[in-house]
Amino acid sequence: MKQSGRKRNIWAAALGIPLLLAAAYPLQRRIDARVRTVQQEKDELMLRSGRVLKKLSLGYDSLLADIYWTRAVQYYGGKRRDHDPNFELLAPLLDLTTTLDPHLLVAYKFGAIFLAEPPPKGAGRPDLAVNLIRRAIMNNPENWRLWADLGFIYYWDMKDYKKAAEAYMEGSRRPGARDWMKVMAAKIAEEGGSRQTSRFLWDQVYRSTEDPNIRKNAFEHLQSLKAEEDAERLEEFAARFRRRFGRFPASARELVEAGILPGVPLDPAGYSYVLTPDGKAHLNPSSPVTSDVLKPVLPH
Amino acid sequence: MTWVVALNTFREAVRDRVLYNLIFFALLMIAAAVLVGQISIGIEHLVIVNLGLTAISIFGLVMAIFIGVGLVYKEIDKRTLYALLARPLRRRQFLVGKYAGLLLTLAVNTALMTLGLAVALFYVSRTFVRSDLSILVAVYFILLKLALVTALALLFSCFSTPMLSTVFTLGLYLAGTFSTDIRSFGEVTESPALGAVTKFLYYLLPNFNNFNAIAAAAYGRQIPLILVAQNTAYAAIYITLVLLAAAAIFSNRDLK
Amino acid sequence: MQAAIEIDGLTKDYYLGFWRKRPRRALDGLTLTIEEGEVFGFLGPNGAGKTTTLKLLMGLIFPTSGGARILGRAIEDVSMHHDVGYLPEQPYFYDYLTARELLDYFARFFRLSAEERRRRIGSVLDLVGLSSAADVQLRRYSKGMLQRIGMAQAILHQPRVVFLDEPMSGLDPVGRREARDIILDLKRQGRTVFFSTHILPDAEMLCDRVAVLVGGKLQGVGSPEQIVSIEVESLEVLFELPAGSALPPALEDAATQTGARYRIQVPEAQLYDALEGLRAARARIISVSQLKPTLEDFFLRLVGGEQRKHAVEISGGGL
Ligand SMILES: Nc1ncnc2c1ncn2[C@@H]1O[C@H](COP(=O)(O)OP(=O)(O)OP(=O)(O)O)[C@@H](O)[C@H]1O
Ligand SMILES: [Mg+2]
Repeated sequence: MKQSGRKRNIWAAALGIPLLLAAAYPLQRRIDARVRTVQQEKDELMLRSGRVLKKLSLGYDSLLADIYWTRAVQYYGGKRRDHDPNFELLAPLLDLTTTLDPHLLVAYKFGAIFLAEPPPKGAGRPDLAVNLIRRAIMNNPENWRLWADLGFIYYWDMKDYKKAAEAYMEGSRRPGARDWMKVMAAKIAEEGGSRQTSRFLWDQVYRSTEDPNIRKNAFEHLQSLKAEEDAERLEEFAARFRRRFGRFPASARELVEAGILPGVPLDPAGYSYVLTPDGKAHLNPSSPVTSDVLKPVLPH
Repeated sequence: MTWVVALNTFREAVRDRVLYNLIFFALLMIAAAVLVGQISIGIEHLVIVNLGLTAISIFGLVMAIFIGVGLVYKEIDKRTLYALLARPLRRRQFLVGKYAGLLLTLAVNTALMTLGLAVALFYVSRTFVRSDLSILVAVYFILLKLALVTALALLFSCFSTPMLSTVFTLGLYLAGTFSTDIRSFGEVTESPALGAVTKFLYYLLPNFNNFNAIAAAAYGRQIPLILVAQNTAYAAIYITLVLLAAAAIFSNRDLK
Repeated sequence: MQAAIEIDGLTKDYYLGFWRKRPRRALDGLTLTIEEGEVFGFLGPNGAGKTTTLKLLMGLIFPTSGGARILGRAIEDVSMHHDVGYLPEQPYFYDYLTARELLDYFARFFRLSAEERRRRIGSVLDLVGLSSAADVQLRRYSKGMLQRIGMAQAILHQPRVVFLDEPMSGLDPVGRREARDIILDLKRQGRTVFFSTHILPDAEMLCDRVAVLVGGKLQGVGSPEQIVSIEVESLEVLFELPAGSALPPALEDAATQTGARYRIQVPEAQLYDALEGLRAARARIISVSQLKPTLEDFFLRLVGGEQRKHAVEISGGGL
């Protein structure tokens, strides 16, 4: 039938479109591999002066700040995705963003985290993070939480407990500051980098933010702190076992059987710890919990 | 026959004074060439190429979308199509003819703008170097991109009003430009479901990021020939696909 | 000899409404055969489905069911258009082209040499009386001029079958005569003409056969005389009444008054009774004329009571 003339177009589309899409897929993958080398940003900024940029923005500086902030986030995300430890442009991008809009608090807060975290999670430049937060405080003096952020970087990333205590103290004097700021200042001054202080700090971070990424990060830190504490306790029990039986226990279960422990301890993710013959406690390799101190070891 | 329609479409565009944009482009290039030496030292070449190619891309894009969305709609709306389709002309030939006509318009327009860019470049550098060839490749990529955008505009023009078609085309263009970012966002969130969705979208949407070689041209970086071939193939595949869809829709609809 | 146009059960439903689409039948099972060389009139009141039929035949819209063949080829076959011309209803063409350019554009779809194109365009422009406006952009054309250029493009490639949707609409009296001449010319050349119209005298004068369509349904096909002979002949009497005298009661209902004049229409058999009554009333008879029964009457009868208003408007369309 000649009627097929119209129908033929439908058939051509119904068959042709999936086929062509299927052909586009491998092609796109090849292009992806090549296009990156061509488009590679020569990690360069045409304009580094925030003040010039502000003039050029013709009054749309807060919009431009948002754009630069997006660029900073994308830059950071891209570097993390590519496992590229070179975060050279991050600081200038943040600088531009916060010069264009000095009240863009997210840029300071996240920016400081991006900068301070050690590679591969961040630039490993807590000194730059401190500068950024200090600028934030200068531009937003009424915001006492910025002092907590500053103290946190001193405490956690730079391990400078004196400066950390001072920052918390300073912050606690601002109007509206919560009482725990004072508690933190006192605790850090007294104990330095104790695990309990750390836990308290991360707990504060966890509770004071609604951003899912920061929460997740804080949660992971809390988990590893808990695991480290558990491991230390476990090693103490193992030592007690040895005093009694002359050897280290082969597993946590043996500690339970010996009546030293009421049950097999689990890490925050629900996996049992691994005890090695030298009496050391380790994380189970299947556990998602990570720690700089505890290395995962396969159970024997 | 398709060619007859294409030439008439080109004639329409020219008579509608579409190429007036060239005057703006020329003024822009002249201003840039004269001013650039005074405000930035050492990067005149960079600025001229960046500005020129960006302008070529934007001017072309505006033209492709705004003419593209009216290509079919206007002929249906004004009923000029009635007498035309009484010729021995298939609807799909009409579509392809319209498409080719706008493509021809865009190609001529782009060629003239490229000429303007070359003149401005010569004015500031006093010479051409081998690496300037990548500017031509970048222009070619822009044309591929415009060809794809035009196909999309034509597709929407077959069944919706110019207003809506503009929204659709622009939306797809933006989505296709940022699909790389959408995908990396999906990867960074580490949620497998979201990652799968963004990855699927990444391969489904037309990828306009492929055609971005402006930075490479500005820094005189060489663009491998194989990428030129791959991008050409990619554009051809995607354009065919879109035109197939347009033909299927248009051949089966009643003209009001 | 094969038929020029064979229409077989052609049906079209339009779907109305945005959410719940309700079908509305615009053409209902039209079946018609038109021989080569015929001039065929397609008559019907507004909204009868004439334009719908022509658009279906030209492939601009698609039938719900049924089909048609033109010169032995199905209407879906675009090659059929080599031998077919079409003047759309209220035609509109590209603003930015001149008449000559438009015709040249359309002529390029046929295998014609440049020389042949130029020659034909010149003669066809002459034929429709647009020679002096040939190089004016169509955006400056009046309604009637557009109608003329529409006629020109329909016959430019010397098609064997020509479809004209209301070819006389928008034309001045001279234009109408010229259009009629063109149709008669086409007939002399042995071409088939299928045209829709409301104007009955045109159809009577030009057509070998006519079809009448009402509400999407075919009401009848035949030669104009055949259809006319159905009607009973009648007479019209025009008269004036002197001051102070009244209409005879028997005629009160039938008479229509225009100023001082009255008009009655009576069957032949009752003429003398009517005149008798008028004489008694001392009426001054102005004229008694035989009403040549026309398609119009046939039309009025077909359309019937409800659509009478329509039909009256149509009768006003006559020259
Ligand atoms: N696009 C459409 N959508 C919905 N209904 C339509 C459409 N076109 C026509 N119709 C309906 O179909 C019927 C037939 O219309 P058509 O235009 O064929 O009449 P016609 O005989 O040409 O009338 P006219 O003498 O006024 O030109 C009408 O009732 C009309 O309302
Ligand atoms: Mg009509």
